[in-house]
Amino acid sequence: MKKIATGNKAVAEAVKQVIPGVVAAYPITPQTEIVEQIAEFVSSGELKSKYIAVESEHSAMAACIGASITGTRTFTATSSHGLLYMHEMTNWAAGARLPIVMANVNRSLGPGWNIWAEHTDALQERDTGWLQVYVSSVQEAYDATLMAFRIAEHNNVLLPVMVNLDGFTLSHIMQPLETVNLGDFIPPLHLAHAIDVTKPTAYGGLTGPDQQFRFRWDIERSMRDSVKVIEETETEFNKRFGRKYGFTEDYCCEDAEVVIVSMGTLGKEAEVAVDLLRKEGIKAGSMRLRWFRPFPKLDLEGKQVVVIDRDYSFGRGGILATEIMAQTREAVFSVIAGIGGQEVTYDDIADFVRNRRIGEEFWFGVSDRV
Amino acid sequence: MFEIRIHSRGGQGGVTAARLLALSAIHDGKYATACPFYGAERRGAPIVSFVRIDDKPIKIYSQIKKPDMVIVLDASVMDVVDVLQGLKTGGKVLINSAHAKEFSGFSSGHVDLTGIALKEKLVVAGSPILNTPVLGALAKMGIISVDSAKVAIREMFSDERNVKAAEAAYKEMKI
Repeated sequence: MKKIATGNKAVAEAVKQVIPGVVAAYPITPQTEIVEQIAEFVSSGELKSKYIAVESEHSAMAACIGASITGTRTFTATSSHGLLYMHEMTNWAAGARLPIVMANVNRSLGPGWNIWAEHTDALQERDTGWLQVYVSSVQEAYDATLMAFRIAEHNNVLLPVMVNLDGFTLSHIMQPLETVNLGDFIPPLHLAHAIDVTKPTAYGGLTGPDQQFRFRWDIERSMRDSVKVIEETETEFNKRFGRKYGFTEDYCCEDAEVVIVSMGTLGKEAEVAVDLLRKEGIKAGSMRLRWFRPFPKLDLEGKQVVVIDRDYSFGRGGILATEIMAQTREAVFSVIAGIGGQEVTYDDIADFVRNRRIGEEFWFGVSDRV
Repeated sequence: MFEIRIHSRGGQGGVTAARLLALSAIHDGKYATACPFYGAERRGAPIVSFVRIDDKPIKIYSQIKKPDMVIVLDASVMDVVDVLQGLKTGGKVLINSAHAKEFSGFSSGHVDLTGIALKEKLVVAGSPILNTPVLGALAKMGIISVDSAKVAIREMFSDERNVKAAEAAYKEMKI
């Protein structure tokens, strides 16, 4: 049946089908609808999960860690300051090699008290060892949540996965949603290092200077191995359910002279800008980055690059632009736009391309001139 | 692409109206998105929500600046909001009112949704339900089909009075 759902509801729907053993979460705008919906599924008996209503996000992630180490499938969701409050525990989750899946509804950071879309919250979790995927539609929010479990729980990965969706712009928009009959797409979780009361083991013991780097390298090795697992999972998803995903979503990039790189819903809006620019004779393309960790090899050789960052690292630059500049020899026009839900239309994006100044940075709305 | 802006007050069901309209369009075989504009909304304050309908998938997430149609669920918001702002020349206006209102340069239709809701006793927390009857009016204006409107209403509401109210609005709608 044809359904209509918000991004939040789509995530909850995916979680219902995946049947985690434990969901521990704390509500925060604009994520609230996800945990409300899951709590409703649990209370009505539609979802046989243990729902732990915790008193904070730090506790939410701690409860997820405790649940996951028993070898049960675990899910949580948060946003913005909730995610930051988890920060100590997100490091712990990755370090303990726990395949927790979390939806993060991207929202700006205070002050000011802003509840609207921005990616800086998730990008501050960049170095924790979590895989990060950014989605751009209600359907993709659902599909990516399903795939996140299979990727996280794969023996060659065993790292947590964060599914990111733009606050309000995607979390609250209603779009068509096609649910799938999951079948055996996600195999049962088998966590080799799960707590087993018949075989007592110590967890989190003192780790000396002769060992710690080995654990860190092991995370990185799995992060590198995850590239293949992501590709396999997305290929299998397409084979079973007919929807194709990759590390990037490329639109008119092949013959493009200038490529817009962005993440989330702005990446879809950018495709409309590309159509406009092509009509004017500007050979533009859009590359929407889906996976930020692991960061893929981007094919941008010989192209001018306009990067839109809905985030910022003070004293350095747009976080996505910085990542791209570290990887490519091509010079970049770095646009900072959409901060705290700032309205950015396809016309604005087309303007960024028309008036690009390669090698420079531009804050949309701060200076009159692009 | 057909773009619609819905004006209402917080608590009147404008967001649900957007959802029902998008759902009806999807049942008509089209693509649709519905989104509320989130600010510091509260009960009774003027709010807007948006619907886009197209034959192909919709990639635009920014707000609608130049709608093809404006729906006014509560005529009193017109005292404080310019509901015609950005409306395309020749665009449509649908207003919840027992009386015709002229909007020069635009084609307008009116129907007493509040009266219909009260007659069907569709009242929640003291507010008449406007979002199901409005679908009947929109079907009359050719934005969605009657059948899809009914399917959409029944998917969201089990109370058959909602369908009856939509049918009444379809009959009473004056263009």
